[in-house]
Amino acid sequence: MKKVLIANRGEIACRVIRSCRALGLKTVAVYSDADAGSLHVSLADEALHIGPAPAKDSYLIGAKIIAAAKASGADAIHPGYGFLSENEDFAAEVLNAGVKWIGPNSRTIADMGDKERARRLAHGAGVPIVPGTGRFLPTDLSGLEDAALGVGFPLLVKASAGGGGIGMKRVDRLEDLRATVESTQTLAAKAFGDGAVYLEKLVLQPRHVEIQVFGFGDGRAVHMYERECSIQRRFQKVVEESPAPSLPDATRRAMGDAAVALTGQERYHGAGTIEFIVDPAGNYYFLEMNTRIQVEHPVTEMNTGLDLVELQIRFERGDDLSALTQDSIKPRGHTIECRIYAENPDKNFLPSPGPLTVFQPPREGDGIRLDTGFRQGDKVTFYYDPMIAKLIAHGADRDAAIEKLLGALGSFRIEGIATNIPFLRRVIDHTAFRAGQTHTGFVDLHRNDLIRS
Amino acid sequence: MAEDVMTQAPGNVWKVLVKEGDAVKPGDVLFILEVMKTEVPHTAESAGTIKKLHIKEEDAVDVGQLAVEIG
Repeated sequence: MKKVLIANRGEIACRVIRSCRALGLKTVAVYSDADAGSLHVSLADEALHIGPAPAKDSYLIGAKIIAAAKASGADAIHPGYGFLSENEDFAAEVLNAGVKWIGPNSRTIADMGDKERARRLAHGAGVPIVPGTGRFLPTDLSGLEDAALGVGFPLLVKASAGGGGIGMKRVDRLEDLRATVESTQTLAAKAFGDGAVYLEKLVLQPRHVEIQVFGFGDGRAVHMYERECSIQRRFQKVVEESPAPSLPDATRRAMGDAAVALTGQERYHGAGTIEFIVDPAGNYYFLEMNTRIQVEHPVTEMNTGLDLVELQIRFERGDDLSALTQDSIKPRGHTIECRIYAENPDKNFLPSPGPLTVFQPPREGDGIRLDTGFRQGDKVTFYYDPMIAKLIAHGADRDAAIEKLLGALGSFRIEGIATNIPFLRRVIDHTAFRAGQTHTGFVDLHRNDLIRS
Repeated sequence: MAEDVMTQAPGNVWKVLVKEGDAVKPGDVLFILEVMKTEVPHTAESAGTIKKLHIKEEDAVDVGQLAVEIG
């Protein structure tokens, strides 16, 4: 492996370029019309234009990416996250084109992309799953009530083809079940072209805790401990940290073991993340597996001293990684990351594209890390994700990390667009956050303290 | 009561849910912008009839642009 094409943009493209450079590899960036002057383009050794601004005409067209790899002589592709990173057909096409794919194999991506198959595989590996039912088609609701009583109330009616909270309804009483199932089926048929739904136990006050894993492709795997990502808005993570506050050590160990079991069973290649929800009693349930590098991977890197992107690349290059044993992975201290979004939390998180007339991040080093794809003078366009930077703070313990992060957020100056920095400062400084009382309903519960109307 | 509905952010018109002549009431979703991968629904604040649509699906729009006139 000599030259890596990064099939992505923004901060993650810049991040991958940094690790490639550290490994002595040449880098190739790709860019759309909207990104011609972007940071990732100037950081790479070469850059190829792949089309118009909308992602569906550029970053999402596999054939253009593969053609760019061929034209530039790149012998490997790193997909980053989002875009084509979890597209099993693209992963297979890259390999067919004779280019190395820095990620898990196509079969694993397909296994984990299908929510029901992923649940079955997790169950087979001994990983607890949220109690639920099989599919109910609009034409056949026989056995619905018995199945619901088996799951218990409250429960969720979920569209089989849904995702991101769309096609999901809560039911508290048996009397309301049938009507809700029917309306969800109608909505699902319209929205997804598939009216099938299933029932799932609703976990109240859940925490979102995920385990970073790394598989060696032969059934061996290690985990790199957890990240808690409970603070969310619109089902999108905003703050991530490790260790998870208030997670009993026995639960942490059991989740790590479960994640390794599933990763091993899949003969997983490289870095991945297994997401769980954890209820207030400490019961944990498999949610899904993300077959790529995660946005919040720096949290794990700051605690363990590992470079996950470097490990991904070295694994696909065939380097000897036998020193990466479970015992060798020893997290230290506490890390908190927050995602800086171009949005206005006080206007229902309305996205806020525009020019970065001022962009002055806090100084890096001494436990502060900043991952971004933007510079002062750049334009944040409406075509892509609103995340413009990740600010990460590491301290000896959680309180130290909180103080460090608050200091860094306080000195981050951005003008020209609205950002969620004031909102993030209120979250991190909130009594409930400081007390570790985190769950996915945090932002809604404390709305009056966090949002200015 | 007449109302001019303006775009709240620059983006692409993802869905237009009304047509000229439709009766609308407060809270009805008129159109949805896609801005930074986020759906931004625009609703009517007053009751009335759609007098004129200034946008169609897949249009790129700026912030503060006149999108729908309710008469």
